Amino acid sequence: MKQQKVVNEAMNTPERRRESRRLYLKKNWQLYALMVLPLIFIFLFKYGAYAGLSIAFKDYKVARGYAGSPWVGFKIFKEMFAHKDFWPSVGNTLFLNVLNLLVTFPMPIILALLLNEVKVKWFKRVSQTLLYLPHFLSWVIIGGLAYQLFSLNNGVINALLTNLGASPIPFIQDDTWWLITYLFISAWQSMGWGTIIYLAAITSVNTELYEAARVDGAGRWKQCVHVTFPCIRSTIVTLLIMNLGKVMQGSFEQIYALMNAKATKYTTVIPVLVYRWGIEGGKFSRATALGLFQSVIGLFLVLVSDFISKKLGEEGLI
Amino acid sequence: MSNNSSAVAAPKKVWTAARKKDLFFDTLFIIILTLVSFMCLFPFIHVFSKSISEEAYVIANKVVMLPKGFSLNAYEKIFADKSILRSMWVTIVVTVTFTIIGMFLTVCAAYALSRKELKGRTLMSFLIMCTMYFVAGTIPDYLLMNSLHMLETWWCMILPLCFAPYNLLIMKNNFQGNINDSLVESAVIDGAGHFRILWSIVLPLSKPIMATIALFYAVGRWNAYQDALYYIKQRTDLRPLQLKLYYLIVSATESFQAEGGVIGVLTNPEVLRASCVIFATVPIICIYPFIQKYFVQGTMIGAVKG
Repeated sequence: MKQQKVVNEAMNTPERRRESRRLYLKKNWQLYALMVLPLIFIFLFKYGAYAGLSIAFKDYKVARGYAGSPWVGFKIFKEMFAHKDFWPSVGNTLFLNVLNLLVTFPMPIILALLLNEVKVKWFKRVSQTLLYLPHFLSWVIIGGLAYQLFSLNNGVINALLTNLGASPIPFIQDDTWWLITYLFISAWQSMGWGTIIYLAAITSVNTELYEAARVDGAGRWKQCVHVTFPCIRSTIVTLLIMNLGKVMQGSFEQIYALMNAKATKYTTVIPVLVYRWGIEGGKFSRATALGLFQSVIGLFLVLVSDFISKKLGEEGLI
Repeated sequence: MSNNSSAVAAPKKVWTAARKKDLFFDTLFIIILTLVSFMCLFPFIHVFSKSISEEAYVIANKVVMLPKGFSLNAYEKIFADKSILRSMWVTIVVTVTFTIIGMFLTVCAAYALSRKELKGRTLMSFLIMCTMYFVAGTIPDYLLMNSLHMLETWWCMILPLCFAPYNLLIMKNNFQGNINDSLVESAVIDGAGHFRILWSIVLPLSKPIMATIALFYAVGRWNAYQDALYYIKQRTDLRPLQLKLYYLIVSATESFQAEGGVIGVLTNPEVLRASCVIFATVPIICIYPFIQKYFVQGTMIGAVKG
């Protein structure tokens, strides 16, 4: 490439340039051909959907179509902010995600440190296989499993409790218990899979550090606290910041599969409300505005966390 | 690894205090990990036992770990319910098509974007990656499907999501890191076009990453139900398995449509739900041990620059 540039500068005539462009295209047109379909997909399905965001500023009716619906400025947003379900849904989204982060974030770290201490190879492998398993299941299956385990009359946990003489616990019917069950399931699903990144980080720790620590008389606990943990600290910090950037997002599939008609206090999160307003209720403009609100704040948080992460000298997200 | 301490500290088999302490902690860690692993497995054992137990025991809440009695009534009912088998078929067709189209697009874009000769590749990457961090949202997606007349069709479950920027990123990084540049350049000098290079040089050298990404696509598609929930409302014959399961066991708004002779056999809904969960989980559990390795690798590649 560099050589070509030198040659081009030396004989920079229009014919030369046209000739080199022709040669370049002859050699590389296939690269552009390869990009055609992927770009069409991106533009059609992603950027095409961005066009639909305009209805957050319009009084959209299906019968009138995009073009026929009048612009109304921020009227839809004002209505949305005033709606009785709006602030609770924002609160619930933040509340559930922050609690979720507090509960689920430390688990993989603890598990990874424990797995690292296990010397028996086959045991380590078998337990890793079992721990990763929940990650491969759909939320519908997990919802079904949760129902079989935790339901009031037929759940096995309550059957065991009754056998022990305790009174059954409304794990999924009572709001507070639902929250606990939700967090438990969330941790159950993600803890094993989360260890992968930490285990990779632990593997890359220099073994000389351990040897030096042992020479200084450090036992296993001291080695863990003074060698392993400091070495994976940057991974922990990066992941924590990245997860904090996601507190406005939320998995619709997870909450929708785990919610029920009895315990509804915490379950109306933003994606659920979007679904109810838009697809069930037909209030497309208002639901789009809510989705846009979430996307914009979500993007802002991701950019901030990326910025902080890079400031701390860690690898950024973007 | 920190695990050599005992080997260094106690070359002779003497039960020093340190060695005893070591053994104690080893045992403790193994017990904790066994408990946690068991927690991951227990729901399946329980639900499986429930699904093959006799109804009376299930109704009396007697089944915990081991099945009581033996009955395959519930499974007979599932296989008699045409709509469940149909959903399984829909899921299989959608997953296979989705994965093929997704892989084709991902490979094409990943190769082109990994070549320095492609002018404007920074811009193209930027345009594609942007869509990862700013999503239009449920309703614009829904209205787009509506205006493309894709609601209530097979395509709404295949086309919108089958090209994932995240997978593209992983594959592109892998091509850049693993394919030797001089190999491609010498092929160019020999007069090979990029189609040819991609097909005969890059792809044969990239089998592991291809397997990983294909599995990311396939398992993701198999497990998702959100888009089907949005887009498939009237055409019940197009419901994928996960959505069908959602209606059957989570929201319980639908009952089994058994046909033929088994109607007379009353099967408890609990047992039916349990066997449904197992029915839908078995495909994943069967292939899981073989695909786990690829998933772990893929996640680590993604984590390096994710």
